Amino acid sequence: MKKLILNVTVLISLVFLSSCYDEKLLSLNEHSIVYCSESSPETFNPQLTLSTTAIDATSNQLYDKLLAYQGDGSTLGSSLAKSWHVSRDGKKVTFYLRKNVAFHQTAYFTPSRLLTADDVMFSFNRILDINHPFHNVSGSNYPFFQNTSFNNLVKKIEKINDHTVRFHLAYADNFFLANLATDFAVILSAEYGKQLTKHHAKHDIDIYPIGTGPFKLKEYRVGSFIRYYRHEKYWQQPAQIEQLVFDITSSNTGRLTKLLAKECDISSNPIAHEIIHQRDDLTIDSLTELDVSYFGFNVTKAPFDNKLVRQAISYAINKKALLETVYQNKAELANAILPSTSWAYDKKITAQVFSVDKAKELLSKAGYGDGFTMELWVIPKQETYNPDPLTMAKLIQADLKKINIKVIIVSDKGDTFLHRLSAGEQQSFLLGWSAEHSDPDAFFTPRLSCTSTNNHSRTFWCNAEYDNIIEKSLQTTNINQRKKYYAKAMAIVEQEVPLIPIAHSKRYLARGKNVKGKVLSPFGGISFYRVVKNSDNGKVLHENKSTDTVNEKGKK
Amino acid sequence: MLVFTLRRLSLFFFTMLILTLVSFSLSYLFPGNAVINLSGEVNASASRLQELNVAYQMDNNVFWQYIAYLQHIFSGDLGLSMASQTIISTEMVSLLSATIELSLVALSIAMFVGIPLGFISAVKHNKPTDNAILSMSMLGDSIPVFWLGLLAILTFSINLGWLPSAGQMSLLFEIKLVTGIQFIDILISENPYKWQAFWDAVAHIILPACVIAVAPASIFIRLARTSMIEVLETSYIRAAKAKGLNFKQIIFRHAIRNALIKMIRHVGLQFSNLITLAMVTEVIFSWPGIGRWLIASIAQRDYTAIQSGLLVLSCFIFIVHILTDFIYAALNPLARGKKHGS
Repeated sequence: MKKLILNVTVLISLVFLSSCYDEKLLSLNEHSIVYCSESSPETFNPQLTLSTTAIDATSNQLYDKLLAYQGDGSTLGSSLAKSWHVSRDGKKVTFYLRKNVAFHQTAYFTPSRLLTADDVMFSFNRILDINHPFHNVSGSNYPFFQNTSFNNLVKKIEKINDHTVRFHLAYADNFFLANLATDFAVILSAEYGKQLTKHHAKHDIDIYPIGTGPFKLKEYRVGSFIRYYRHEKYWQQPAQIEQLVFDITSSNTGRLTKLLAKECDISSNPIAHEIIHQRDDLTIDSLTELDVSYFGFNVTKAPFDNKLVRQAISYAINKKALLETVYQNKAELANAILPSTSWAYDKKITAQVFSVDKAKELLSKAGYGDGFTMELWVIPKQETYNPDPLTMAKLIQADLKKINIKVIIVSDKGDTFLHRLSAGEQQSFLLGWSAEHSDPDAFFTPRLSCTSTNNHSRTFWCNAEYDNIIEKSLQTTNINQRKKYYAKAMAIVEQEVPLIPIAHSKRYLARGKNVKGKVLSPFGGISFYRVVKNSDNGKVLHENKSTDTVNEKGKK
Repeated sequence: MLVFTLRRLSLFFFTMLILTLVSFSLSYLFPGNAVINLSGEVNASASRLQELNVAYQMDNNVFWQYIAYLQHIFSGDLGLSMASQTIISTEMVSLLSATIELSLVALSIAMFVGIPLGFISAVKHNKPTDNAILSMSMLGDSIPVFWLGLLAILTFSINLGWLPSAGQMSLLFEIKLVTGIQFIDILISENPYKWQAFWDAVAHIILPACVIAVAPASIFIRLARTSMIEVLETSYIRAAKAKGLNFKQIIFRHAIRNALIKMIRHVGLQFSNLITLAMVTEVIFSWPGIGRWLIASIAQRDYTAIQSGLLVLSCFIFIVHILTDFIYAALNPLARGKKHGS
């Protein structure tokens, strides 16, 4: 009898405990997001890096920029700067800052003031001024700004008053504003810098970050997790979720397991898409990246100085097969050098026809009816835009065999290989590029214009009409006009075939269906600002509504 | 008991001597500069390197270098991890305690399941129950732990969704590290979600602990069975039977107690086996313990971490052995007279 009573009490207490456990878990779980990321960020300052991991963990979570892209990315909108003015010669750009922007308050820093022009000066002078006290902290490497020769462009930054800053430029630059809206051009706190200088801990500025973004850093354990809390005094509506945790899980299967076991709400780069699709409660988001992988020709070398030969090859390559084998269909087939996510993409562009007969016909027209032998240069290294260049080369080799062209694959990992490519020793090659900023010009001027023939493009193709068009497109700010110019430029490239665009890579994110709100953005890192989580049972409709209103407010 | 203690202490001393010697010689056997292997400061500047050379007495002969190494160890300085440049000794505290926590839970599961089953099987000697339990233990002993772990994740985490598959606790709970033993830390923390965190931690430990417990439990079954059979055949049990004690009295008053004492030593011996299993299991369940850390260090060629990790782990296992020996000796006066260390 005694035993029976004991058993019953144990049972009751267990039931009670488990029920209160569930109820409470919901409350914490509902306001938190666990994101399974692929690796540890090497820094918490996006100024210092180009790595996607670091950008994902920092830019849109911890910081804000002066400007932000809006809508489809064709226009720039206000962010920390509520408005801006460009002088007529384009050499003076003045920003008028918001007056209600608060920095993070954390265990290691308590701000005494709101955002002012000093913070903007501090953030950019750190990059520009080699004598700035913070310039050499964490190495003096600012890759994005060095790549875009930012220090040649900006002569000086002037503080007009507490909320007005003027950038004096050496020359007018069309992408200056666009560059300030990228994930790298974040605003740091000058006051925090001062405090660190006082405590001789300057290095901490990139390890214990202070920004104005929607989340603030709470704790970071290398290789394990990053914990963020909501920034309650965010200048926009505070984020919906209270806690954001990056669960650093480098193994692909580990991330999949955690996703399937519901231990993470969102997972980066998921594998086994079929398994995720089979589950009713999970979904995959995808987004085409601003990059392209291509098969290029050295147009100064025979037989590729002949346009017909290049065209023939473009008909002979089975891009769909390449996409299936090399990318496992996890990429977008490239019909033009510009990905379809760019606002300048011309929707009228049709897919390249795959036709061996047409290719043969063009070849004989060009006088190469019996075929020829050519070299294809490949760097056997995995890139975001091309996961397996060597396999791609082998498939192209097989394709071209059908039109009697014998392909010899030349591959070399060494650094000299790229130099030899730039020197133009190759006949044809497999390469690709990723755009530095979201303006479509990143796909045109630096790659295929005559001035770029020495730099970025290894095709040595130079076309006066093309140059003329892309130059014109830069001189206007009219979006529709620019679209037309770029459509023309793409048509020329399609006609002339200095290169055959093959694929644009895609970025994937898996998430539970109860997690709503946009995370991926076509220009740069992920953002959790708009993410909301619905409890699995019942509350969905109500929560949904509130999200929408918040989003609307956010946009305004 | 004094002689016994002294004997154990001298054994401890010499084993530690050999362990530190092995660990010290590793820094020469690993590729690279010995002083960098010892200190782990891969990015040391020329002046810092000079300081390190002095600190580790690199200009003196090997004997003094070894003495310098010992000094560093005894002052708690195990160097920096080559991969993450964090201080190994502080990291070790949380890692080792996570492993201890997991192993203790696994050990108690193994004991509470294995020993009673073994006793039952001994009492029902050569009957169907005995055979069933024995074959079960055979099966448990032969299943590889990594496979069992994956199977458990597949079944209980992915398909059924009952238990979490990775980590010590959901990352959502923010618990300050005080003692290193997570359950204690949770209970003394001031987190409003304390109880929720506690039950979450319980849910997290069930799968890995059960997976680790399977192999030792099956060994305990067989050991408990043998020791119980031995006890049941002794003359004092026969005397008890002759006195007219009933079966229950014989088993619970006399047999179990005596059979258990014999088990204590085996539990200690099983501990090193358990730690080995725990290392593999930690990798599978992403348990933030010393095993996973050590395996990751090996993969990253983090020589300083490997060296210190091995030293700490072997030291820990040895201490557990000695402790169980003491407990055994305290409970069983007969054992104190035995001369040799084993």
